[in-house]
Amino acid sequence: MLKYVIKRVLLSIVTLWLVSTITFTLMYLVPGGPFLSEKAPSAATLKAMNAKYGLDQPKIVQYKNYMVKAFFQGDLGPSLKQRGRTVNQIISRGFPVSARIGGLAILIALLIGIPLGSIAALNRGKWIDNVIIVFSTFGIAVPSFVVSVVLMVVLSVKLDLLPTYGLATPLHYIMPVLALSFYPASYISRLMRSSMLEVLGQDYMRTAKAKGLTQYVILFKHALRNAILPVVTYLGPLLAYTLTGSFIVEKIFTIPGLGSAFISSITDRDYPLIMGTTIFLAALIIVMNMLVDIAYKVIDPRIKLK
Amino acid sequence: MIDMKKPLSMQLDVSDFLPAGKEERQSLVVMRQSVSFWKDGLRRFRKNNIAMVSLAVIILVLIFAFIVPSFYPYTYEQQIRGSENLAPMQYSQQEIGLKAQGESVFPHFMGTDSLGRDTMIRLMMGSRVSLLVGIVASLMVLLIGSIYGAIAGYFGGKTDMIMMRVVDIIYTVPDILVIILLMVTLKFPLVNLANNMPGFDWINRIGVGLICIFIVFALLYWVGMARIVRSQILTLKEQEFVTAAKALGASNGRIIGKHLLTNCMGTLIVTTTLQIPSSIFTESFLSFIGIGVAAPMPSLGSMASQAIGGITSYPYRLLAPAIMISLIILSFNLIGDGLRDAFDPKLKN
Repeated sequence: MLKYVIKRVLLSIVTLWLVSTITFTLMYLVPGGPFLSEKAPSAATLKAMNAKYGLDQPKIVQYKNYMVKAFFQGDLGPSLKQRGRTVNQIISRGFPVSARIGGLAILIALLIGIPLGSIAALNRGKWIDNVIIVFSTFGIAVPSFVVSVVLMVVLSVKLDLLPTYGLATPLHYIMPVLALSFYPASYISRLMRSSMLEVLGQDYMRTAKAKGLTQYVILFKHALRNAILPVVTYLGPLLAYTLTGSFIVEKIFTIPGLGSAFISSITDRDYPLIMGTTIFLAALIIVMNMLVDIAYKVIDPRIKLK
Repeated sequence: MIDMKKPLSMQLDVSDFLPAGKEERQSLVVMRQSVSFWKDGLRRFRKNNIAMVSLAVIILVLIFAFIVPSFYPYTYEQQIRGSENLAPMQYSQQEIGLKAQGESVFPHFMGTDSLGRDTMIRLMMGSRVSLLVGIVASLMVLLIGSIYGAIAGYFGGKTDMIMMRVVDIIYTVPDILVIILLMVTLKFPLVNLANNMPGFDWINRIGVGLICIFIVFALLYWVGMARIVRSQILTLKEQEFVTAAKALGASNGRIIGKHLLTNCMGTLIVTTTLQIPSSIFTESFLSFIGIGVAAPMPSLGSMASQAIGGITSYPYRLLAPAIMISLIILSFNLIGDGLRDAFDPKLKN
């Protein structure tokens, strides 16, 4: 077990290092430099600016400085376009917003997906199973921007039930969270249905029935606990999906989260902000994936540890 | 015939080697034509109504995206003056005038956008971009992933260990983030390459955005395919026909290409088909946030993104690309599921 954990941690560190190095290299491959965008400043100003941000040093020194600052001091540098702000400030302002929406979306996706998948499997071949299959098949084919906009048109524009933008009241959360959880809920219900069907066909289910256990105990203690394992492995990709999916949802519903900060940093070519956000999100996803993988091995003793 | 008097004799009975008589020959005739792997799979696929309907839909979309535009009277970048913001089937003042003079004006089936471009042709070109991205990216994933996975699985040992660690690392990389990053930065060197180096002007013809997408998808998405192919090769390479091929002196390349990869054809087809919708999904995501295919070339994602501003007045402008993209993804998903059930039932989880 310890060996597996060590291997997994090392792998994550290598990945994180790789992602941040790629990020750094790509950002400095872009010609022109960050200060040359719109109106060209004078040579003296340019020199002073480059000196201030350490851009006059050799690339390798800049790389070392950036990595040391980012990983050992947690300092991702200043933003270029939003004067006087650091990348850390922008992230710490946007991330809680995105985390609330994303967390709620993950919760809703699990709360919808797991029961739907189980109900479908328990009623295999009946009408309710077919309805759920159709729902989830359509659900994984519709991109989140389509869901967001359809929700917006129907619930806000036509029916005028919900507010369209911002996050002022709890009512504001309904549409973004629904839009973000639509795809994962469908995916989880498909996953849950097939794994539940597999579990229901196992010998230990028959044994449990033969022992005379109640339906309730069989379902929750024996079937659900085993069938839920594939959903646990999906938690890592799910987190990555909600974080990147929030780019779109936050753009549509004009939510001041990390996603919209990231998108505007791309259109503004604010390189330190792009780099900082990428490294932050990548670290989050990589660490969560690692924790999920380790948790999975802890939960399921049947899996061989290599 | 075994001689019952001398059951242990090694002597061969000559009568066993006589030409077969008419009756004997009759008994050897095959009762039923043997069904090959392909025929069997195709037969099962054809019985699957949902998959067949999806296939028909995809063929219609392919015709719509690749053939109809060459006969269409408008082009995707043509801005028709005075015909801005038309509703579906509506004519502008000028066009009504032309019609009054007895000239025929081709109708705007889905109206025009704020620059006076016909939405229908843009929808066709957008579908073309999506389909191209999906199919080309999947073929590249197939090529890279299957060769990489096959080499790792076939040689095993240290080679396998190192190659699969690389796969593990790329697998844990958050793909969308790196894709966005690459899309943002790759454009400059590509434009440079296209403009300054002779022999690279084809990049401009296809479009820098599209080339970027192909490169980025090829860099990141092959790892899933490599893992699947490797695990198949690991079991296949222990089988007798590989030993036989080795004994006959076949080279490693020939064994991998001719014997091993052809034997995981079912898995390859299914995985490639299921890769198409996920590539289309990502492309529409990228175009939607504004870093996909470059304007004026439309993509379904960028059309949807542009339509959001006028969502209250022109909802059909958003609905058209939205329905199209969902239809394409849904159909490919269903075809993939059908192919999996037909060719590779074990893959079903």
